[in-house]
Amino acid sequence: MKELIDRLKKIVGERFVSAESEERYLYSMDMGTMPPSVPDLVVMPGSTEEVSKIIRLANEYKVPVVPMGGGLVLSGLTRALKGGMILDMKRMNRITEVNPKSRYAVVEGGTSEGMLQAYLKKHHPELKHSLPDAPPIATLAGNVCIHGSGHLSVLGGYHSDMLNGMEVVLPTGEVVRTGSCSVSSDWFGKAPLPDLSGLFMGWAGTTGVVTRLGIKLYPNYRYSDLLIFVCEDAEDMPDVISRLTSTQVAEDMTPWMTPIPEWAKGFMHINIAYGAHSKEELTFKRNLLQMSVKEYKDKKIGGFLPMPPPQKARYMQIPTPDLVRFADVRKGGGFEYVGAIMAIEHFAEAYRAGVEIAERNDVSYSMGARVVGAGHSMMFFYAYAFNRADKEDMARAQRALEETNAAALEMGGIPWKAELPAQQQIIEKMAPDTFALMNRIRETLDPNHIMNPGNWERT
Amino acid sequence: MEEIKFDPEICNQCETVDCLMKCQYIDFADVAEAKTEKLKINAGEHSRVLDECLTCYACQEYCPYDNNPFYLLVERQEQLGLLPAPTPIVTEQLKMMGPKGRIQNEAVSPPVVNMCAFPMLTGCVRGKLFEGASVIVGTDIFCNIMWLHFAKNSTIKERVPQMIDNIMNYYLKDSGVEEMICFHDECYGTYTSVAPAYGIEVPFKPVHLFDYINHRLDELADLITPLNVKIAYQRPCSNRLIPQTDLVLDEILKKIGAERVPRTYDRETALCCGGVPRAHQRDNLADELVEKNINDMLDVGATYCIFNCPFCMATLGQEVAENGIMPILISDLVQMALGE
Repeated sequence: MKELIDRLKKIVGERFVSAESEERYLYSMDMGTMPPSVPDLVVMPGSTEEVSKIIRLANEYKVPVVPMGGGLVLSGLTRALKGGMILDMKRMNRITEVNPKSRYAVVEGGTSEGMLQAYLKKHHPELKHSLPDAPPIATLAGNVCIHGSGHLSVLGGYHSDMLNGMEVVLPTGEVVRTGSCSVSSDWFGKAPLPDLSGLFMGWAGTTGVVTRLGIKLYPNYRYSDLLIFVCEDAEDMPDVISRLTSTQVAEDMTPWMTPIPEWAKGFMHINIAYGAHSKEELTFKRNLLQMSVKEYKDKKIGGFLPMPPPQKARYMQIPTPDLVRFADVRKGGGFEYVGAIMAIEHFAEAYRAGVEIAERNDVSYSMGARVVGAGHSMMFFYAYAFNRADKEDMARAQRALEETNAAALEMGGIPWKAELPAQQQIIEKMAPDTFALMNRIRETLDPNHIMNPGNWERT
Repeated sequence: MEEIKFDPEICNQCETVDCLMKCQYIDFADVAEAKTEKLKINAGEHSRVLDECLTCYACQEYCPYDNNPFYLLVERQEQLGLLPAPTPIVTEQLKMMGPKGRIQNEAVSPPVVNMCAFPMLTGCVRGKLFEGASVIVGTDIFCNIMWLHFAKNSTIKERVPQMIDNIMNYYLKDSGVEEMICFHDECYGTYTSVAPAYGIEVPFKPVHLFDYINHRLDELADLITPLNVKIAYQRPCSNRLIPQTDLVLDEILKKIGAERVPRTYDRETALCCGGVPRAHQRDNLADELVEKNINDMLDVGATYCIFNCPFCMATLGQEVAENGIMPILISDLVQMALGE
C-alpha cells in the first residue's frame, strides 16, 4: 500500500492523496442508511491525464477505484465496498466552454451544480441549466450519471437526456469521447452517432470515470411564475398531470404530499413552474395551464392556490430548501429517499403504498414526484428522515426503504440510484439476458474488476 | 347559533336596491331585475348573484338600512352549496388557518395590539406610535372573517366565539385589560359588524387602528413633520363593514401632511385588490382589477400607495412598486411623519 500511495503522490501531488484514518472515516459513508465501508485511501486528481494514470496504476495493483462527485447520492453508491481508493473528482471543477448560441456548456467531471449556476448568472444571465433539488455541491457529472432530474425536466427530460457528450477514462485507462465531441470540436449533441454515453449512465461508476461532459443549457427567462394545483383524490393526479403537461409550457412540475405541516396532510399539490420573456407571455402561459384543468375547477374538485408574490417566493427557490429542512426533521443527520422512476398512471398506487409503509414503520416521511418530459414518466420519491444516533430509528427507516423499493418494483416502477439491496431486487426482476449483457459489457470494459466493485453484481 | 340579523320586509319595501345596483362587478338591466334577484336570495332560492359575487363586502356598505345583505348572501351560498372556490382550496385553508391550540397565558398591558394571523407584521408595532404596546398574534386568535369569501358562515359562527374566548381568557381578563386595538380592519369588522349580525357577544372593547393612531398623533403632535406627499389609498374589502373609520383615516392623513388624492377607485367605488378572485379561480378578472388599480394610482400622480390590509399589500405591493409607486402600510407612513 505504501508503494501505491507514493506512486499516487507522484501523479497528483502529496496534498491530494490521503490514507489518514480521519479522511477514510469521512469517505466511508454518505447521509443515507447504508452502513459505512472504509476505503484504504482517498485520491483527488486534477486532470484527465491524472485520472488515466491513476486508473492504470489501480489495474497494476488490482486495487478498486470508486469515483465520487459530491458524495450526496444517499444510497451509498460511493462507498468502497471492497476497499481500495475513493477517486474524489472535486478538483476537476473547471467550466471549459459555454456556447450561448447552441446553448451548451462543457464542464469537468467534478464541477458542481452551484458553480455552474453561479458562473452562468455572472457571465451568461440569459442561460441556465437544470438544477436538481440537491445541495449546490452535487456535481453535474454525478447527477447525469444517476439519471437525475431537475428544474427543467418537464422541458428537457432526465439530466441524462440533456447530455451532449462525455469524455471518459475507461477502466483500463484509455480516454474516450462520446457524442459529437468524438468527431468535432463542438459538443452539440449525441446524434447522429452510436450512443456510447449509455455505457456510463446508470452504471454507478462501474464502467469508467467521467472527466468532462457537455450539457444542454436553456433560456433563462426574465419573468417566472409558479402555480400550485391542489386536489384531494390521488386517483385524479395522472389525468391532471397529463393535462398540465399537454400545454407544453411548464419547465418543472413537482407534486408533493406531506403530513407535516398538519394542514397539508391528505392533499395532493403540484408545483408548476414556468417562465417567459414578457409579462404578456407569462399570462398567456398561465392561462393555458389553468385552462387545461378547467374541468376540475368547474367541478370544484381541484384548483390553484391563491398565492400573493411574497408567498410564492419560497416555492420558487432553486434548488428548493424544503427537502433540506425535512432532512433534519428527526435531527441526527439521517436522510434518505427512494426515488422510483415509473409511469404517471401509477401515481395513486405509489402514494397509497408510501403512506401505508411509512405509517406501518412509524417513520417521518415526505412524498413527492418530479414529472419528467411531457408526462412521459416521473421520479416518485419517498423521503424518510431518521436520527443516525438512534439505531432503532435508523432500522425503521431502512425497513421502510426496502419495503418501498419492493412496492415500487411491484407496481412496475424501478428504484432510482438503487442502493445495494435495491440493486438485487432490480436484478431479480430484470430480463436475464439483459443482466447477462450488462455483465459482458463490464467484463469487456473492466477485465480486472476494479471499478466500484460490489455494485450491479448478483450476490 | 342565531340566524343572521336580517329583515326581509326592509328589502320588500326597498325601492333602490342599492346593494345590487351599486355592485361594480355584476350588471343588472334595471332595478326591477336587481330586486327580483335580491328577493330570490332572501327566499333561499338560487340567484345568479350567488354565482357571480366577487365577495367584496361592498353591499354591506351600500345598503342604507344596515340590513346585512352580504352576510345573508354568504349564508345562502353555503346553504345552497355554491362554493365560490374549489373545495380543496377551501378545506386546506380551513385547516391551515384553524386554531392550533398553541396559545398560552400571557400578561399584557395596554395598549394591546391584535395582529391577527400575521406574525410577520409584528415588527410594525414599534416606536413612539406604539410605545409600551403588548402584541398578540396567531391562528388561535385569528378573526376568521376571511371565510366570508368562501361561503363558510358556519366556520365563522363556530370559530369566532372560540377566538373571543381565547383573547379574553389567555390575555385580557387576567391582565384587567378591556380594550384591544385591531391592527387589521378585518378584526375590527369581525368584532363590531359580524359579531352583532351573527349574534356573537364581544366582551371587550375593540379599537380600530385608525382611531388609535389618530389619538396618538394628537399626543405626539410636536413630533410630526408633514410629509407633503400624494398618496393613493387601497381601501380593503373589510373596511366596507366599518365605513365610519374611513373618515378617521382622512383625519390622520391631514395631520401628517399626506394628500389622499381622489381616485376613481376609492371610497365607495374602491376596487378589490385582486387577491380573492384568484382564490375563486378568476385570474383574468384579478388581472383586470390589478391593472385598473395601478393605472388609477398612476393617473392621479400618487407617489405612495398606502394599505391597511396586509393581504392587499401582499397582492398588489410588488406590482405597485414595479410601477414606481412606493407600497407602504399606513402605520409605517405615520411613523415616517414621526421621524421614525
